[in-house]
Amino acid sequence: MTALVLLWQLFSTFVIIGLFSYGGGYVMIPLIQREIVVHHAWLTPGQFMDIIGVAEVTPGPVSINSATFVGYKVAGVAGSLAATLGVILPSLVAIMTLAYFAVQFAGSAEMAGLFYNIRPVVVVLIFTAAIVVGRTAIVDLKSLLVAVAVLALLQTKKISPILILLGAGLLGIVIY
Amino acid sequence: MKSQEQNQAESCDRLCLQSIFWSFFRVGAFTFGGGYAMLPIIQRELVDRRHWLDTKQFMDCLAVAQAGPGAIAVNTAIFTGYKMMGITGVLAATAGVVLPSFLIIVAIAATLNVTTPPEPLIKFFLGIRPAVVALIAGAAFNLGRIVLLDSHCWMVAGLALLGSAIGVHPALLIAGAATYGVLRARLEGWQVKKP
Repeated sequence: MTALVLLWQLFSTFVIIGLFSYGGGYVMIPLIQREIVVHHAWLTPGQFMDIIGVAEVTPGPVSINSATFVGYKVAGVAGSLAATLGVILPSLVAIMTLAYFAVQFAGSAEMAGLFYNIRPVVVVLIFTAAIVVGRTAIVDLKSLLVAVAVLALLQTKKISPILILLGAGLLGIVIY
Repeated sequence: MKSQEQNQAESCDRLCLQSIFWSFFRVGAFTFGGGYAMLPIIQRELVDRRHWLDTKQFMDCLAVAQAGPGAIAVNTAIFTGYKMMGITGVLAATAGVVLPSFLIIVAIAATLNVTTPPEPLIKFFLGIRPAVVALIAGAAFNLGRIVLLDSHCWMVAGLALLGSAIGVHPALLIAGAATYGVLRARLEGWQVKKP
């Protein structure tokens, strides 16, 4: 019985985290910390820092990683499932609603105008993301050279981004 | 009794669901650095490899993904899955994109008590970070070339840049541009042929 209550608490807490994590990734770290460390005291601040560290060096969205990790630490695999389902539920509801309308009104003049105007905004958001990530990632001459080299490579050849990431990682082991 | 055609349609659906699942599994497995880092990977997978979306549809998908709460990779999976195969598509794509993280993190949480990553792994990620920046910047240039076609688009982009520089929330920027776009289409009486 108490196990079920705990799972429900995990699920509902991560629904709230998922709901308010607009802008993705790092925006939600303070929110997760407040809910998990301060409010529920499921983890110590030190454990929480470890989770963020692990989430950064493993693939996948930070939100999913931290939900899975916190869920496991609190209630095992069932906890992982409860927290992960919770954190993606708001996305499922919101995006499926938007997708429903996008499909319903596809081909209308309004929808064409809407997307025509949104596309430049998306380009700008990606551009600013590059600047934001760049500020923390390009810290010395080595990292600048890697970034420039990859950019040049992208302009000249169509290489899989997965190969580029693996190559850059191996290069990192050599030069750092 | 099912007819042969029904059987064929079902196996076709199953194939399609499988490729949706594995495509997003690959996206989930190689999304390092969060947020926008996986854009080039998704683009490569959905646009270049599978031809499920063209570049403009890909951007529309990103716009919707950013207008909702949650991770962009997950939202993109949900939207693409829905557009391709409805609810079952959503389930396949979402399971695909979430599963790599889920399995890796459960494995780490189950085996490691001390969660300090080993030295070579840290160096590996030091190398990956600047490459991620280049991939994101490359995506911005790449998509900008396709989208910024006329002075109106440049004006919208300029306003968005200004807005994000003074800290306006991305979802608000998208909502604003969307509203303006709908009004403009109404006022100017755009005609679009039905597909």
